[in-house]
Amino acid sequence: MSMATLKADLEIEVFERLERVTDPELDEPITDMGFVERVEVVDAKKVEVDFRLPTYWCSPNFAFLMAWGIRQQVSSLPWVHEVKVDLKDHCFMERVNEGVNGDRDFREVFTEYCNGESLEDVRLKFMAKAFDRRQETMLLAVREAGYSAQDIVDMTLAQYDALECQGEEDAKQHPRYRELLVSRELAARPDDPVFVTWKGTSLTKDDLKDHLAKLRGTRINMEFNGALCRGLLSTRYKEVKMGDDGPTLIDFIQKAALTNAQAAEQAQR
Amino acid sequence: MYITPEGKEIFIVDGHTHFWDGSPENQANIHGKQFIDCFYAYHSNLSPEDQLWEKAKFEKYTEDDVYRDLFVDGPDDIAIIQSTYLSDFYKNGFSSIERSTSMAARHPERFIVNGTFDPRDGEKALEYIHYMKENFDIQGVKMYTAEWNGDSKGWALNDPAAYKCFELCDKLGIKNIHVHKGPTIIPLSKDAFDVHDVDHAATDFQNLNWIIEHCGLPRLDDFCWIATQETNVYAGLAVAMPFIHSRPRYFGEVMAELLWWVGEDKLLFGSDYAIWTPQWIVEQFWNYQIPDDISAERSGVQLTDEIKEKILGLNAAKLYGIDVEAKKKELSGAPVQIAAE
Repeated sequence: MSMATLKADLEIEVFERLERVTDPELDEPITDMGFVERVEVVDAKKVEVDFRLPTYWCSPNFAFLMAWGIRQQVSSLPWVHEVKVDLKDHCFMERVNEGVNGDRDFREVFTEYCNGESLEDVRLKFMAKAFDRRQETMLLAVREAGYSAQDIVDMTLAQYDALECQGEEDAKQHPRYRELLVSRELAARPDDPVFVTWKGTSLTKDDLKDHLAKLRGTRINMEFNGALCRGLLSTRYKEVKMGDDGPTLIDFIQKAALTNAQAAEQAQR
Repeated sequence: MYITPEGKEIFIVDGHTHFWDGSPENQANIHGKQFIDCFYAYHSNLSPEDQLWEKAKFEKYTEDDVYRDLFVDGPDDIAIIQSTYLSDFYKNGFSSIERSTSMAARHPERFIVNGTFDPRDGEKALEYIHYMKENFDIQGVKMYTAEWNGDSKGWALNDPAAYKCFELCDKLGIKNIHVHKGPTIIPLSKDAFDVHDVDHAATDFQNLNWIIEHCGLPRLDDFCWIATQETNVYAGLAVAMPFIHSRPRYFGEVMAELLWWVGEDKLLFGSDYAIWTPQWIVEQFWNYQIPDDISAERSGVQLTDEIKEKILGLNAAKLYGIDVEAKKKELSGAPVQIAAE
């Protein structure tokens, strides 16, 4: 295997790992959003990742969370010895880059800008929104499939696992909802109800309409930002640039991300 | 005036417009450049293709552009011009009350020019409110809570210094407080788009009208809840409106929530000119219906002609004390002139 191929393979490995980092406000992988601008592996052990957000003004706490997510995910690859994350063109970039690449624990850095509130509390707030959004998709999908309100509130984890998804969006959210549900210990055994609130309260069939209205509220907020972010990013940066040796890996990845984003946009219209 | 396909005349008050100078000559630093670039991205991202402007024109458009886009090609009867200084980013202010008033002087009957202030300036802010009242007789102000001011990267409506300013506004009869909730930067733990300070300010200043631009999005649910509790809270539809073109179903969901929670008497049209021009927005809005399945989720709320007429002008006319019939007569006798090109 040539050095160039090895390097490209490792870069793909890094990119795949970055799919696990989500934009906290949108609950979408940063790779799908086209935020990752450059991935480079040096000497098969050092990784550099550049990322950019849709605008210079995107909220800095999202930027911090994403930067740390990148560092955490890339560091988890066994061959990686060093990670450098570089946020570009952002009003808070110096502090984000210093915070994520410095020697101090990032929780400590974050707390400093938070009036003492912890990173974990902020993460939980976003996780709750992600949970609502994923759950709404699945609730609407099962309702569409003909399940009654009673069937829905009675549905167990085992029944959920056996569902066959019809649409692209519910196929995507099916494992994502389950993952969050189980990781937060909101359901564990096969006969546990699968549709409960983020606080762990069970639902009755009479609650369902109001519960869905609440979830819709969460989605309307997230979609506003999501629509703007996709659109703004595409108008801010998207042109595939040719390097000396033709387009680079990241160009193709970005192009794919952009095409996916546009397709998602079309699908939602 | 918008003329419906059936020939009915609809009175239009455009509640949120600007006359800015974001040109490189006026930019004080990179932030000034990034600010107008971000506006331009909104423009190019949410406008129909045939409405796109070149960057240079967008950065600094002319007085004639304003007249043509709003009143000749556009359907506006009255435009409310908002002031925003962003003094940390722009040398002579982004959109100053002096420059806007001078632009409006050719057709003063068409414009309401609002002021602005920064409560963090303390005593100077109070003096400045007096100055604006005495020199421009302002009826309203635009507040931008995410504005930078030295080390401060934002403020809240219920800060003690802001309350002093609102007390003075109340005393001087500056009734309409337009609020733009931009993203706050620090502390990072704070929800960047939080709207809860509106609740406090609206409760404590019952005489003032609180018009929340872009209807609190992306915190629509919190905003709706607050607006339901407070009788003096209104939703400005700037930024929400252009979704009618790019994502019509989504626009329907937003309107259904607003009609259900906030009500037809408290929603105000705004084009956010020059980010978008009013002509296509008003036309598409008049022809728009909330999709049935979305409407059904909110007990069948719908944008009837009567409700649209309120949103497009009558609600704002009430807040600004405009006698609509008298105004229509006055305007029909004074058509807008623009210089021959």
